[in-house]
This record gives sequence, C-alpha cells and structure tokens, in this order.
Amino acid sequence: MRTMSTMRRKASRLASAVGAFVLAFGVLGLASPAQADVVNPEMPFKISGNVQNKGEPIAGVTINFAGGGGFAATVVTDADGKFTAGVPEKLADYTVTVDETTLPDGIAVIDNPATEFIEANVQTVTVGPGGRVTMNFFIGQGERHVTSMFDQVVQRLISGLNFGLMLALASVGLSLIYGTTGISNFAHAELVTFGAIATFGLVAVMGEGLLWLAIPIALVLSGVLGWGVDAALWAPLRRRGMGLVQLMIVSIGLSLGIRYTYQFFIGGKTEQLPGSGAERFNLFGSVSLSIIDIVSMGVSVLIIIVFAWWLSASKIGKATRAISDNPSLAASSGIDVDGVVRIVWIIGSVLAGFSGILWAYFRPGIRWDMGGQILLLIFAATTLGGLGTAYGALVGSLIVGILVEGSSLFIPSDLKYVGALVVLIGILLFRPQGILGRKERVG
Amino acid sequence: MDFLGIFNSSISFIIAPTTIAYALATLGLALHFGFGGLLNMGMAGFMALGAYGYAIGILSFGLPWYFAAFVGIAASIVFALILGIPTLRLRGDYLAIVTIAAAEIVRLVLLSSAFGGLTGSADGLSGFNGPGGTVTNPTVGAGGFNDSNPIPPGEYGFVPFLDNERTWYLRIVGIIILGLAIFVVWRLVNSPWGRVIKGIREDEDAVRSLGKNVFAYKMQALIIGGVLGALGGLMLAFSTNVNSSVYVTSLTFFLWTALLLGGAATVFGPLAGSIIFWVLQAFLGLVFPALAEAGLMPFTTIQAAQIKYIIVGFALVLLVVFRPQGIFGNKKELTFVK
Repeated sequence: MRTMSTMRRKASRLASAVGAFVLAFGVLGLASPAQADVVNPEMPFKISGNVQNKGEPIAGVTINFAGGGGFAATVVTDADGKFTAGVPEKLADYTVTVDETTLPDGIAVIDNPATEFIEANVQTVTVGPGGRVTMNFFIGQGERHVTSMFDQVVQRLISGLNFGLMLALASVGLSLIYGTTGISNFAHAELVTFGAIATFGLVAVMGEGLLWLAIPIALVLSGVLGWGVDAALWAPLRRRGMGLVQLMIVSIGLSLGIRYTYQFFIGGKTEQLPGSGAERFNLFGSVSLSIIDIVSMGVSVLIIIVFAWWLSASKIGKATRAISDNPSLAASSGIDVDGVVRIVWIIGSVLAGFSGILWAYFRPGIRWDMGGQILLLIFAATTLGGLGTAYGALVGSLIVGILVEGSSLFIPSDLKYVGALVVLIGILLFRPQGILGRKERVG
Repeated sequence: MDFLGIFNSSISFIIAPTTIAYALATLGLALHFGFGGLLNMGMAGFMALGAYGYAIGILSFGLPWYFAAFVGIAASIVFALILGIPTLRLRGDYLAIVTIAAAEIVRLVLLSSAFGGLTGSADGLSGFNGPGGTVTNPTVGAGGFNDSNPIPPGEYGFVPFLDNERTWYLRIVGIIILGLAIFVVWRLVNSPWGRVIKGIREDEDAVRSLGKNVFAYKMQALIIGGVLGALGGLMLAFSTNVNSSVYVTSLTFFLWTALLLGGAATVFGPLAGSIIFWVLQAFLGLVFPALAEAGLMPFTTIQAAQIKYIIVGFALVLLVVFRPQGIFGNKKELTFVK
C-alpha cells in the first residue's frame, strides 16, 4: 500500500473564482482548470469535487476514500471547498465518505438542489473510462430534505421571473438597435458588463454607503458609452452604407476588444457589489427571497413600464417604431433617422447597463465576461419575441428566464442554458419571425 | 530582455500543430463563408466534435486511433446535417445566431457533469494518444497516435524548429492533412460545383432560377467545411488533451479573425491568415510581458499578457472596415453580400 501524503496547495484567487463559478452556474464563458487540495497526485486517475453550503464553499472538511485492493486515502477541503484525490484504477467503484463531525455545527449533507436524488454522506462513485470523475457534496440544514415539489416550482418561477426581467432590460435595447440599424450587436454583452463594472468602480471610489448614487452615475456613464460608440464607430459605418454581415463582424471584434479590456483592468477574479449576500427571508414553506430580489424585480417592472410608455406615446418613441418599420419611408417623412438612432443607442446602453447591475446581484458577482455569459440568452429572448420588436423582446425574455430557471427542476443545472438555446433554434425553425414579429422581416 | 528567444518562439509557430489546426478550421470557414456565403459562427462546435469524437472513440469504445479519427469526422457530418436542415433557409445573420447557439449547446453538453463518465466533464479527457497508457493499466492508449510514429526518438531540425520526434511527427501529419485539404478545396472551388456555390453567395435566387437545388449545394458546403473543422479539432486532439474550455465562442471568433486576415474568398488565405495570427499572437504574448517585466510598460505581466487579445478584437474591427477582402483577397470578389 502506498503511503498517503496530504499536500495543501493554495489555490490562486483567479483559479478558485473560476472553479467555483463553473460548478455553480455552468457558465457560458471561459473556464480554466482550478487547483484544489490534492492527495496522491502521482496516481493516474482522479476523483475531484467540492463541498458547498448554499453555494458557499466549506473548508476543512475531511473526506475519506476507499476502494478495491485496500486503497484508502483522506483529503481535507481547501479554502474553496475543493478536494482532489488520485486513485489507482479506472472503471472501478470507490466509496467516498464525508466525515460529518468535521462539518460546522448544525448542518449535514443534503440533496443536490439540481436533482431530486437523496444523497447521503457516504456515496459510491464510478471512475469511468475517462479516468476522472467529479462529485459535489451539498451541505445545508436538514429541512431542505423535505422541500415539496410545489415549493420548488414556486421558487423556480420567482427566480425565473427575476432572471427574465433582467434579461428583458438587455434585450429590448438589443431589439431596438436591431430594428433601427439592422445590427446584430454582439457587443451588447459588453454594455451589460459595463453597468456592473462602472458601479463597482464608483462604489470603490465613493464608498459602499453611496451605492444609491453610484448606480445612477453608472447608468449615465453607460449612456455616454453607448453614445460614444455610436458616434465614433456606428454612425460613420452607417454613412458608408456598410452591409449587415460586415456590421455584425465589426460588433464581434468590438465585443472581443472591449471584453479583454475589462479583463485587463479587473483581472480574472469575481468581485461583489455591496449587499449581494443579503439575508433571505421565507415567504412560505421553503420559498425564500432576498430584499435585493424584490427591489430588483420592482425596479425592472417600473423601468419597463416607463420604457413602454416612451415607445408608444412619446414623439421619439413613435419615430423609433417608424424607423424600425421602414427606414427610408421614415427618413422621407422628415424623421431625423440619425438623431433617433443616436437616442436608441443611448437608451439601449442605459437599459443594458442596468441589466448588468442586476445580473451582478443575480449571479452573484462581477466578472469581465459576465455579459458574454448571457449574450446568447439575450439573443434567444430577442429572437423568440421577434427581432426588432421591443415588446416581443420583453415577452421572449420572460419566457427564456422562466424556462432557464424552471428547467433545472428536471435537468442537471449545468445544462439549464441548453434548454433556452434549443428553443432559440426551434423558434427559428418553426416561426423565424418570432412570437410578435411579422413575416416579411425574415429575408 | 531575451529578444532572440522571443523571436525564435514566435517564428516556431509557423509550423506549430496549433497553427495547422487553425488553418484547417479556417479553410472550412473559407468554404462556408468565403465561397458559400454561409455565416457559420459555430466552427468551435465542429472542432469540439472532431476532438471529442476521437478521444471518446479511443477511451470509451476502445477503437484504434485511425478509426476513432473517423468517429470525430462522422460526428461533425451529423452535426452539419442536424444544423443545416432547419437553418440553411434562413438569412445570414439568423444563421449566425443559430450556429453560435448550436456550438454552445455542444460545449455545454460536453462540459456537463451529467455525461462526465464519457466526456470527463470539466476535466476533459487525456491519455488517449498513448504511448504506454498509465501506471497501472499500460494497455490503455497503447497503439495510439504516438505509437504510430515511425521517427526514431531524438531531436531534429535547427533553431527555431528544433524539436523532438513527437512534435515533428505531429507537424508532418498535420502538413500532409492540410496540404490535401487545400488541394481538395482548390479543386472544388474551381470546379462547376464551386461556381454554383459562388453563385449562391452572390445571388441565391439567380442560381435557383437556373434550376439548381440551392439547399443541397449549401448543405454540401456546410458538410465539407464542417469536416475540415473536425480535422482541425483532431489535429488539436493529436497534440494535447481535449477540454471543453478550449472550444468556446472566442475560438470561433479567432478563426474568423484569421480568415478575414488572409482573405475569406481565397484558398491560401486561411493558411496565411492562421500563420500571421499565431506568429503575432505568440510574439505579442511574449513581448508585452517581457517589456512589463523589464519595467518598460506600466502594467503587471498578467495584464501585459492580455493585451494581445485586445489587439485581436480591435484588429478585427479595423480589418472589416478597411480591408474586408483580406490581405490576399480580390476586391472584386467581395464576400460581404448585403
């Protein structure tokens, strides 16, 4: 039998943020291998995973491994709740035991919230042909064992509504920009990220107490960014009469450039806005909400109502819809197309920026590629509702939000975005104009 | 600062396995977009299927490596069919969004722990190229790609191309595959088939009115380009482990940058674009951190290593705006149809 050595490796902050993130969200972004506490690193196959309490890693938990041939090993989770153990054989079963006496008082191993399987502190894992297996222990208070299906559904619906409203703020802007200029703006994701990063920067300068002031300033800055990008890039390209495909690829380049600029400044780590770990309180059963969720949903609804009024009743809103319908006719009836497009860019950017702030609370956390993670969901929402129609984007966003959150009741949570993307492809197959779009838009 | 070292490392990327992989996938994109007008933004998905099909074929089904390579290619053909049947009727930018979404679905499924036994989940797969397998199970991977290397062990070549027998074998195999691929694409686009494809790019309805089955031609282009993408993924899998974090949307965008750099509607543009892209990437990725370390730039070395990606993004913008036909493209054959 081999002698066991427990090595403790201090995971870098970057790697830990990325690793915890992959497990928690099944991200759309870049992932890099995370370091973890390792035992038997010289062995060819490995079992790895992490121990979490409601998404928070738990350090210092002892985990025992046992397998055929008298194999035994012990590992202690690191500061990020991670562990990795080398094992000698693949295509073999191992028993993995969490030593519950090393857990903090009052909590135990509970069900994986993403599945309905009852999981105990002793589990058997099979190392497959790939030679690696990942397993996670979810820790929490005992009562979560008895969460009823009804409670789960309500919780998912609320969560989905929250997520959908957040998506809506981003996608109505994308949809308006598409409607008035024809650009499928991939850089919209970076406008989303900008709102969150600007707020974070302002809070860092002004202090946490001035969050209420930092958010409006960040939104103004978002608007300035939208105006600036339009004035510097899109307006000249419009005057050159550049084709739609070219514009789309320009937006992709812009997206990459801005995204890595964010990474240049804030690095690869995840930052938090003040109040993101707010206490959750129970509504009924096991359905719980935080004050942030409620404020976030309330403000989103308010903004969407104001926006809808602006679009349907104000003069510029009407002009915007006229341009979406027929730009040349709008121009020849005396509408200042360039001026309206400029306003659309500003409004779209402000809405995207606000959506970014909400996304920072919903995820939770601020990262350089956080906007890119939901870009395809924003596109899915916009396409589902009908590209170029603002109200369609709203409906599409709510559907996508509830679908993404609701689907994790039935499928593994790291596949929850897949459902929305399948719907995106399906809608283009059966009704490419979307729910509220009109057929002639689809060339 | 070690200028000679940086220079040599950058130059070695001219025939690096990664460059060859990019060139293959970019050639596929050239066939899709440059010649066929298909806006495929999901090339990373084709590459992922090529690489994972190969690795899973060896690890889970115990196939010899050359049969496993065909599993990867077959997976990309199936993907092209599934993708093409619903989407080829759609307008360009819709196709772009669908393909990008499909590639993300592939990546998320490969990343998911639900299929971890097959795909290795977030850890990816390794040890499928051999030789010698692993400590306790020496038969795994034996007879793999590495064992098929006829070159005796040793160092060959001259600086900056001084490498061991494995790297040279990879390069030779890669160059043979790439050479054949370029030849096939060159013959294809100069054949009657190629003229129809280019006609579809310029005006689909005109080609349809000549009695051609536009959908079938587009599908053929999508499959052939997709197989080239899978070959690119295979090349990556020959050289290193496979991991879903490689096959992200950014990979597709980098391929597009290489494509537009060389010239979308050219046969040798993808190769030239990939070489320029990688040599520059390697150079910038080394020179900025070296400058930062020497105190000549006010950044940390980590920040300095990011600058190359920022440059890629803005270079793509400038390319499309000022030289959409690429370095070697012909302005008359503008591929950006409105």
